[in-house]
Amino acid sequence: MDSSRRRVLQLLGLSSLALTVKPVFNAFAKEEAQAENTAAIIERGPDALTAKQWAMVIDTRKFETEEELKPLVEACHKIHNVPHFEDKRHEIKWIWGTHYHNAFPGEGGKFLSEEVEQKPFLVLCNHCENPPCVRACPTQATFKRESDGIVMMDFHRCIGCRFCMAACPFGARSFNFRDPRPFIKPINQKFPTRTKGVVEKCNFCAERLAVGQLPACVEASEGKLAFGDLYDPASSVRELIGSNYTIRRKQTLGTEPSVYYIV
Amino acid sequence: MKDKKIIVAGVIIFIVIATFPFWYNRGKAAPAPVPLLTEKAKAAKVCVRSTEYMKAEHMQLLDLWRESVVRRGERIYVSPSGREYTMSLSNTCLDCHSNKTEFCDRCHNYASVQPYCWDCHNDNPKEKT
Repeated sequence: MDSSRRRVLQLLGLSSLALTVKPVFNAFAKEEAQAENTAAIIERGPDALTAKQWAMVIDTRKFETEEELKPLVEACHKIHNVPHFEDKRHEIKWIWGTHYHNAFPGEGGKFLSEEVEQKPFLVLCNHCENPPCVRACPTQATFKRESDGIVMMDFHRCIGCRFCMAACPFGARSFNFRDPRPFIKPINQKFPTRTKGVVEKCNFCAERLAVGQLPACVEASEGKLAFGDLYDPASSVRELIGSNYTIRRKQTLGTEPSVYYIV
Repeated sequence: MKDKKIIVAGVIIFIVIATFPFWYNRGKAAPAPVPLLTEKAKAAKVCVRSTEYMKAEHMQLLDLWRESVVRRGERIYVSPSGREYTMSLSNTCLDCHSNKTEFCDRCHNYASVQPYCWDCHNDNPKEKT
């Protein structure tokens, strides 16, 4: 075969031209595939409640005994399929009552009033504005939702490393050491359960807000809890925060909790 | 080449053994499963997308749904035909396809895939309440 310099250059030119064909084909193929996907529209529900940062105000003056917290805790745990374990080591909780010195360590002085000493304080995930759990999560299974400030969990992504539990200063997270299903009675079929090996916590009832309902605990509290947008000056929570003395849990840690307590 | 006979015989034996599974199982391929539709699914006629799309892409669709619902809080899916659906595996998909064993499992078993959707999502919201 006689290959002149000219022939070699021609071949080179032709083959480099051939190389450009594939990207063009790919681009066409992609456009078609995307057409199928973009044809559908994804949007927010018409009744969805929106906010910049959801916040809650708990009026602790209106809660006297553990019994009064019960309906709130039960309402939450029932609709979210939170299992009940007898063994404390396996306990799962989204919202619960605790003593003053556990809820607000370092706040109270020496000789607290008997009333404060005895009465339970409702605690839950604070949906911090600067959440340490989100920074600790290696898979972004827990994240701060940009649209409404809820610290959410994507259970599909959770690998059960429990870094978030170590990072959360409020103990708001629980780990499923066992398969929770047999311990949920009755199962709310409308809401998924969790599986063994994932962490779970309060989600500020994101699924209820999406259809225009207030969180289950707020609804069950008969006005003792308020819920609204922290950055809307006209919201009920801002009104309460503005007109009452409120405290937040472990404020000095700088996590900026979104749950306020009127004391 | 005086070992020609032995070599040829050896090669033939090898080929026979290597292809044994193919000709032994010839014509005995398991038939492709037919997922059974519930009355409700039959009455609805169309799924959120065309049957072909759902057959091929339902996992991608579910992944997209998960992403928008959990991460972006957007829960309404308007299909190309203009119908609105709430993006929920438990409450939308499994409401029509409430027969997991006859619908989901048939193909999944055939394809030997074990999706773990039902570890968390309740498989038929209506039946057990």
